[in-house]
Amino acid sequence: MPSRDGEPLLAARGLRRSFGRLRVLHDIDLSLAPGEVLAVAGPNGAGKSTLLRILAGLMRPTAGEVRVLGQPLTGDAARVRRAIGLLSHQSLLYDDLTLAENLAFVARLYGLARPAEAARAALDAAGLAGRADESPRRLSRGLLQRAAIARALLHGPRVLLLDEPFTALDAVSADRLRAMLEARRAEALGLVVVTHHLAEVWDVATRVAVMVEGRWVCDEPRAGPLERFLPRYREWIGA
Amino acid sequence: MTTAAARATARLGLGISLVALAGLAAVYVLALVYTPVEARQGMAQKIFYLHVPAAWSALISFSLVGITSALYLWLHDPRLDRFAAASAEVGVAFSAIMLTTGPIWAKPIWGTWWTWDARLTLTLFLFFLFIGYLALRASLHDPSERARFSAVVGILGMLLVPFIHLSVYLFRTLHPQPVVLKPSAPSLPPEMLRTLLISTAVFTLLYVGLVTLRYGLGMAQDARDETSDA
Amino acid sequence: MPDALRLALAIAGKDIRAELRSRTALLSAVVFAALVLVVFNFARDPTAISATDLAPSVLWVTFALAAMVALNRAFTIEREHGALDGLLLAPVPRGALFGGKLLANLAFVGTVEAVTLPLFVLFFNVDLTAALPGIIGVTALATIGFVSVGTIFSAMAVRTRFAELMLPVLLLPFMVPPLIGAVQVTSRLLAGRPLSEMLGWLRLLALYDIVFVTLCTMAFSAVVDE
Repeated sequence: MPSRDGEPLLAARGLRRSFGRLRVLHDIDLSLAPGEVLAVAGPNGAGKSTLLRILAGLMRPTAGEVRVLGQPLTGDAARVRRAIGLLSHQSLLYDDLTLAENLAFVARLYGLARPAEAARAALDAAGLAGRADESPRRLSRGLLQRAAIARALLHGPRVLLLDEPFTALDAVSADRLRAMLEARRAEALGLVVVTHHLAEVWDVATRVAVMVEGRWVCDEPRAGPLERFLPRYREWIGA
Repeated sequence: MTTAAARATARLGLGISLVALAGLAAVYVLALVYTPVEARQGMAQKIFYLHVPAAWSALISFSLVGITSALYLWLHDPRLDRFAAASAEVGVAFSAIMLTTGPIWAKPIWGTWWTWDARLTLTLFLFFLFIGYLALRASLHDPSERARFSAVVGILGMLLVPFIHLSVYLFRTLHPQPVVLKPSAPSLPPEMLRTLLISTAVFTLLYVGLVTLRYGLGMAQDARDETSDA
Repeated sequence: MPDALRLALAIAGKDIRAELRSRTALLSAVVFAALVLVVFNFARDPTAISATDLAPSVLWVTFALAAMVALNRAFTIEREHGALDGLLLAPVPRGALFGGKLLANLAFVGTVEAVTLPLFVLFFNVDLTAALPGIIGVTALATIGFVSVGTIFSAMAVRTRFAELMLPVLLLPFMVPPLIGAVQVTSRLLAGRPLSEMLGWLRLLALYDIVFVTLCTMAFSAVVDE
């Protein structure tokens, strides 16, 4: 999908979200350029996951808008949804289908030509070719996440949203995940990583933002070591 | 929206309801003492003055649930959802009244507790639709989800009503009931018509009062939820 | 092929493939239907009421109960591993998502009905041969009606704690017009009555289908989109 130079991949303006009368997000703005890796941190219940769901198009904001490649993210059939990939903490895979069948189905959902081939190619690239005919329920957490990543990237999105991807990952899988993030960044995708563990994502991130009670308290380029950032971080989250 | 506004609304509703209940007592007296006794059905016919307006109010309640549900899905105004919930609770009460007074009347007239006449059948369905609507609301805790889901049930339910009517009509034309007397005589003497209209007006007032009261309670509930979550 | 139809078929195909793989829900529903028939058989006095008088009601109550058991499957599987999000992320019109689930449910309930019907003929000794095409037709008409409402209600019910209880409470009032129509038409078919006696009911069934399939398709977005 074409985008003009200088156009942010993902732009959100004035996002608000309420649940009943409870306001979770207050006038959130966000802009993501190609090759940016934005780490979003903050205490529990700050609204980070809600923000991610809105950016993914899974939740409608009460006010404000999201634009992907300049197109508004409204309407369920918006073609611009093809530009977004989501790695949730759940795998989004069906236990009763094999990995290959799962990915072929996703390929059909996104209207890809030759779904079965696209699925096999994606599994090969993820190093899961040998497990293609197995059910997701047989996979370890690390392998399952690899499959979920393959699923998220299958349709060639320009924006990848990740919700706490390092949770419960062993060190080897975490390294592999960081390498994957770095590779995507090099491909000029835009990444938003919601995380509790800044340490896991610090080196890959190009920008860091902190959300407290539905508001940004920080949105700056990632500069310097984590140790220098932590005291300010602790102050913001009131630790 | 404050707790004070909620309390004021609830008090207004309570006031109107009490006036309406006083009116209801007056209707009782009117029906029993000042309205002529119907020739064929005798004193038992007098429950007609309660039975018909209650059924009518139940139908109005449900139609308003349906209409405010459709408006909610269009406008997303939580006040519409609060109104729908209030109307449903009042409607289920009216339906229950009608379903208990109906058999009380039917027994002396037709010798059976229940008949599948059009009005009773429809009210029975409204009762079940209300129960389903309220049960769904009770099991959902996210306010936005609760409002959306109950709105869908409200709209679908409102559109079911004509199909129930149609089914009962088709059923009855093919299976004529042995009952000769119809619950609502086509031509009523003026005193009976007057009592019926007064009773209908009182029930409408009671509906308005109870819904306002329940709406005020809903406002208070929402205000409390907001402060406890924040 | 228009996108929406293609997507609906892809979703239905996925559901059917997954169900054929595990077969648990299908077998449970079929066994349930068979048991209901057995209970009906023992619950009546064969000398007092002839099978043909009772047959249509027994058949349709069985179909209705079996459908109720089968309907929650469609959205329960989407709750595992957050799969529904996967469907909503993609550029799939919500009406097509509903259509896919409806088709899968129809295939599923239709299969249960197709297995139940011969069992019914067997247990109740009813002769269906002349009426069979008509029975298949009215079964299709009535099933489309209550499965469409059942599909949207099950999408809501699975988000509550007691989905198996919530679905019947919501759905049963909506099953009544199709059930009445189906029983009336079935009983006339079995009695060899002319088509003219069934037209009113058939029109009711067809109108119900059109109204509720359309309405549920339009309302589906309100259920799945937050």
